[in-house]
Amino acid sequence: MSVTASLPHDSAWLHVTGQARYIDDIPAPAGALHLAFGLSAVAAGRIARMDLSAVRAADGVVAVLTAEDLPAENDVSPSPDFHEEMLSSGEVHYMGQPIFIVAATSHLAARRAVRLAEVEIEESPAILTIEDAIAADRRFEDGPVIWTKGDPGPAIASAAEVIEGSIRIGGQEHFYLEGQAALALPEEDGGVLVHSSTQHPTEIQHKVAEALGLPMSDVRVEVRRMGGGFGGKESQGNALAVACAVTARATGRPCRMRYDRDDDMVITGKRHDFRIDYRAGIDADGRILGLEVEQFCRCGWSQDLSLPVADRAMLHADNAYNLPAARIVSHRLRTNTQSATAFRGFGGPQGMVGVERVMDEIAHRLGRDPIEIRRANYYEEADGSDAGSGIAGTAAAEDAARGHSLDHADPASRGSASGTRGADIRPDPRGHQTTPYAMPVEDFILHAMTDRLAETSGYAARRAAIAEWNAASPVLKKGIALTPVKFGISFTLTHLNQAGALVHVYTDGSVRMNHGGTEMGQGLFRKVAQVAASRFGVDASRVKITATDTGKVPNTSATAASSGADLNGMAVRAACDAIRERMAAFVAERQQADPASVRFEDGHVHVGGEAYPWEDVVRDCYLARISLSATGFYKTPKIVWDRVAGEGRPFFYFAYGAAVTEVVIDTLTGENRILGTDILHDAGASLNPAIDIGQIEGGFVQGAGWLTTEELVWDEKGRLTTHAPSTYKIPACSDRPRRFNVALWDAPNREETIYRSKAVGEPPLMLGISALMALSDACAACGPHYPNLDAPATPERVLAAVARARGAG
Amino acid sequence: MPVTFLLNGDPVSVDAPPTRTLLDWLRETRGLTGTKEGCNEGDCGACTVMVTDERGARALNACILFLPQIDGKAIRTVEGIAGPDGMPHPVQRAMVEKHGSQCGFCTPGFVVSMAVGHKNGRRDHDDILAGNLCRCTGYAPIIRAAEAAAEAEIPEWMEEDLSKLGHSAAPGTDDAAAKGGRPGADWGERDPVAGTGAATGAGNALADHGWVRPGSVEEMAAWYEANPDATLVAGATDVGLWVTKGLRDLGPVCFLAGVSDLRGIEIGDEEILIRAMTPWADVREALAPLFPSFGEMIRRFASEQIREAATIGGNIANGSPIGDGPPALIALGATLHLRKGDVRRQIPLEQFFIEYGRQDRAPGEFVEAVSLPTRARALRCYKLSKRFDQDISAVCGCFNVTLEGGEVRSARIAFGGMAGTPKRAIAVEEALLGRAWSEKTIAAALPAFAEDFAPLSDMRASAEYRMEAARGMLRRYHADLTGAAPSIFEVTS
Repeated sequence: MSVTASLPHDSAWLHVTGQARYIDDIPAPAGALHLAFGLSAVAAGRIARMDLSAVRAADGVVAVLTAEDLPAENDVSPSPDFHEEMLSSGEVHYMGQPIFIVAATSHLAARRAVRLAEVEIEESPAILTIEDAIAADRRFEDGPVIWTKGDPGPAIASAAEVIEGSIRIGGQEHFYLEGQAALALPEEDGGVLVHSSTQHPTEIQHKVAEALGLPMSDVRVEVRRMGGGFGGKESQGNALAVACAVTARATGRPCRMRYDRDDDMVITGKRHDFRIDYRAGIDADGRILGLEVEQFCRCGWSQDLSLPVADRAMLHADNAYNLPAARIVSHRLRTNTQSATAFRGFGGPQGMVGVERVMDEIAHRLGRDPIEIRRANYYEEADGSDAGSGIAGTAAAEDAARGHSLDHADPASRGSASGTRGADIRPDPRGHQTTPYAMPVEDFILHAMTDRLAETSGYAARRAAIAEWNAASPVLKKGIALTPVKFGISFTLTHLNQAGALVHVYTDGSVRMNHGGTEMGQGLFRKVAQVAASRFGVDASRVKITATDTGKVPNTSATAASSGADLNGMAVRAACDAIRERMAAFVAERQQADPASVRFEDGHVHVGGEAYPWEDVVRDCYLARISLSATGFYKTPKIVWDRVAGEGRPFFYFAYGAAVTEVVIDTLTGENRILGTDILHDAGASLNPAIDIGQIEGGFVQGAGWLTTEELVWDEKGRLTTHAPSTYKIPACSDRPRRFNVALWDAPNREETIYRSKAVGEPPLMLGISALMALSDACAACGPHYPNLDAPATPERVLAAVARARGAG
Repeated sequence: MPVTFLLNGDPVSVDAPPTRTLLDWLRETRGLTGTKEGCNEGDCGACTVMVTDERGARALNACILFLPQIDGKAIRTVEGIAGPDGMPHPVQRAMVEKHGSQCGFCTPGFVVSMAVGHKNGRRDHDDILAGNLCRCTGYAPIIRAAEAAAEAEIPEWMEEDLSKLGHSAAPGTDDAAAKGGRPGADWGERDPVAGTGAATGAGNALADHGWVRPGSVEEMAAWYEANPDATLVAGATDVGLWVTKGLRDLGPVCFLAGVSDLRGIEIGDEEILIRAMTPWADVREALAPLFPSFGEMIRRFASEQIREAATIGGNIANGSPIGDGPPALIALGATLHLRKGDVRRQIPLEQFFIEYGRQDRAPGEFVEAVSLPTRARALRCYKLSKRFDQDISAVCGCFNVTLEGGEVRSARIAFGGMAGTPKRAIAVEEALLGRAWSEKTIAAALPAFAEDFAPLSDMRASAEYRMEAARGMLRRYHADLTGAAPSIFEVTS
């Protein structure tokens, strides 16, 4: 039976009836304690005095722990080459940094007690902004990372026109509806079972083991589901899980911790904010001849995942455009603010906004429709003759990975950007078009997608109608933009592109499935269950979906980088096929048929013209002592990457999409609204069109929110003043476009992915860039000058851009 | 003093401290974990429950609903939205069929909001759901589900039988315990009430736990005069946060939920009287036909859950410089009715706000009502915020000008977000009075804003932008009255 089906989310009925259980819903054993962190009230300094006696004496308080009380490692960094204290041992690096743990008999008692602490911190000057950090040269790594393709300098110098400018792009709070949470249950032999709301159970296991001085085998981490992740639960759950584990060790009692929403926003990292400076030389047709991009990335106080995030921003500085010559410079700036972290797109969106801004400004300069400029700069369309060709095999990647020292590091983390060296990486030998990092672009389909979307959205006619409308509307102005997405799929740390699975078939024919991926709402479990059902030819209802468990599938990578279905779908397929082959061999022998001719379809096993019910064959296999359990393993082929040189094939393939968004602005106040969005998105041969469309609709709205209403504000002391939904505004129901058409491109992936599908988690977020560019278009309708609209395009920024378009400043 | 109510159809009686929230009680004491905590401040709606009383069913945020507020009402949580035999509610079925849930954490709150809207026959889904945040779906499938379920019959189990409370309301009964559930009393180790100071009352006529719940305005006025340090709790949409976020000790608390004669609207030929405990949802219903622009602003005022709880009296009495009610009411020329014991006085509303954090209200005095004229054809209200729905205004500007022979005869203009209090723009008004209602007059009046206001910069907007936007609002008002500029809400793709 076909794998493709628009089945509902695996937990849909549990969601709508309130039965789906999240960490804070798990009944804890009697005597469980509730934890809260005491936080630094200053952005930079050294703890001079700490008096926690009132905290200890407060009602309900059972234990108070400081850095000195920790049994082993005090490090929750996901980055092997950076030490990130869970509790400050003296130095304070941001306002909101945890300093001590309170364990009390209730969540409220712990929160109350925290406020009784007397902590004196000798303040030192705080580095808060990108400009502060540049001035102080405070950064991660020794200097900027620079990747080049050719030399853009001469190309720009001799160009007909030069475009030069700068854009600021704000960060973004994840605002997963379920805040960070963990529950640690001490076990009889000193080990611990941790329930964590995490995208990365293996890292939780690793960090808890280090913190307790235990081998990883003594720590088991279970994750049934998260109430949203979006990257915010890749590393940011480490501190809670470790706090629960060490406090459980100290008290012998189960410990639970969940951040109050304000604490969550004050403590945890967000999307990196950027300043991107650009200089482009163009020809008379708007084609870029040379591009220089300088990305300033505000990383916050700890390294966390910032290096690979900044790498991915560089890797998407081209988006869909073939740059003949490019120089991409990346500054990873260290500031006394929350440590920025993974967020859906992982730097890619910021990199893309940079080059889309360049396209927008080129079109403005030349007075052309931006869609023409974008098309003129697109990579060439794939011709279909060379699908699946790569530049280096898996063997090279494996060799390279082995060369990297993995001693104390957590090899399952992508926090380290340590790259491969010495692999055979060269620009495409056949002279194909390549990205600025020398990867051939072989699967480009945006010409066809753009044509179709422009047609279905009525782009040209609407653009003309808007121009007419604007001419007659002095106060309100409309704008429209079509922007493309080309997003690279794979972890850029090559060895993370592996996955495991464990599949059991029971004697009644039911199937239980485990894999390393975690469910955060994206529908991964449903998709992978569809794969398992398809392999065995049984109904999806026969496949039981179970919690992710480090005791069942070990050494997993984070469910991140959009990789969940690609990696775990393949691993589950491998496990299913191992069982299937054994079963096929058995029935083929029994029926004197060729094992290769055995088919698993329609709830039956078909062999030699006969069809036997699945359940009967399973029972017969059991009686014949055939193993009905298997592990599966998968590693992504073809990828190899040298991040120091900025060369290689970091991505197995690209996922594509395009969006047309129409907006209206009020030039008296800057208020603005999305009127309509049409999307065409490439999910390959979709495993579950309903789930994929859900990712696209949700991703677009989240991306548009990032670039419009969602504004993070810090005051001059480094205090985050937007630390709750009352002040930080994610899109609400009425912010979705009224006209909202989403279609799937739905052609098979040229690469051999699971049923030729494509990853769909992150790419649609970047469709939201169309909203920012449409707003820029509307602002540009107010006057002759380029509006230089920064993000997020709040009413205030839109009004300022309108003034710039009119020539004021 | 036990609080009694129906929980998913069954009576319960709870002996609770006054600031115990319904959400914490449901999750921690009753183990009903379907209702979620997303923000604990009434902004995300993950904790939405259905509350039914003689006035009907409404969706409220359980995170800022104190137990004494729900005495005598029926509470239905997500666990009670499905039928007793597990039969799904039409909105639940539609949410599954339309793929309306992804991570699922916000879903129970959405389901309850949708079920309440469905029961009340509402079709304005965007408004009903403005107080429910979802970070996964982009809302489109949720709206599809709400539309798909709209025509389905209301399941019979959604009817609440409040008469059941008659039996269990007797002191000392505890149906939860009788049913083998956990005891209703809630002073155990999971709730550190000792820290609230709530039980340490002032040695007055307070009930046993430091709180009272008067049944009439007479009773309340007398009690408050004798206990002027007490905290009055109406809808708790502001005071709730003092507790859940500020972790403040409220001291003695007077819950006004039972003071039914402090609620209601009287619309006369010349004057409208709105009693203090009237929730904004009711204010909207009554005033929208009379003042469409004010009605539209109230539509965007907080969210359905908040408007059903928050009262007009609370919105005035808390003195916030960024509340959206006062600027509109001041522009209308509203009169504030204050009362202390048996002594009443009336003042122009704008005089109530003296400076930031200080109002013209004596100890023991309270807002009893607000009155306003029945007509103000030229009233326009503009609410400016980063997000349209459920956001606090950066600037709220309300304009009410009357013209005679093309000249400005009277002008009342008031702003929120421009000063430490809601404030009239006296200098701007004077710059308009007696002049021709023209673009030229408007342009000439713009500098007067600097005489009226020196706004602050904060996370919502910079001072410069506030001034510019306030001026833009005056220009928009002029364009509005001359029929020139549509609003961005009136524009489609």
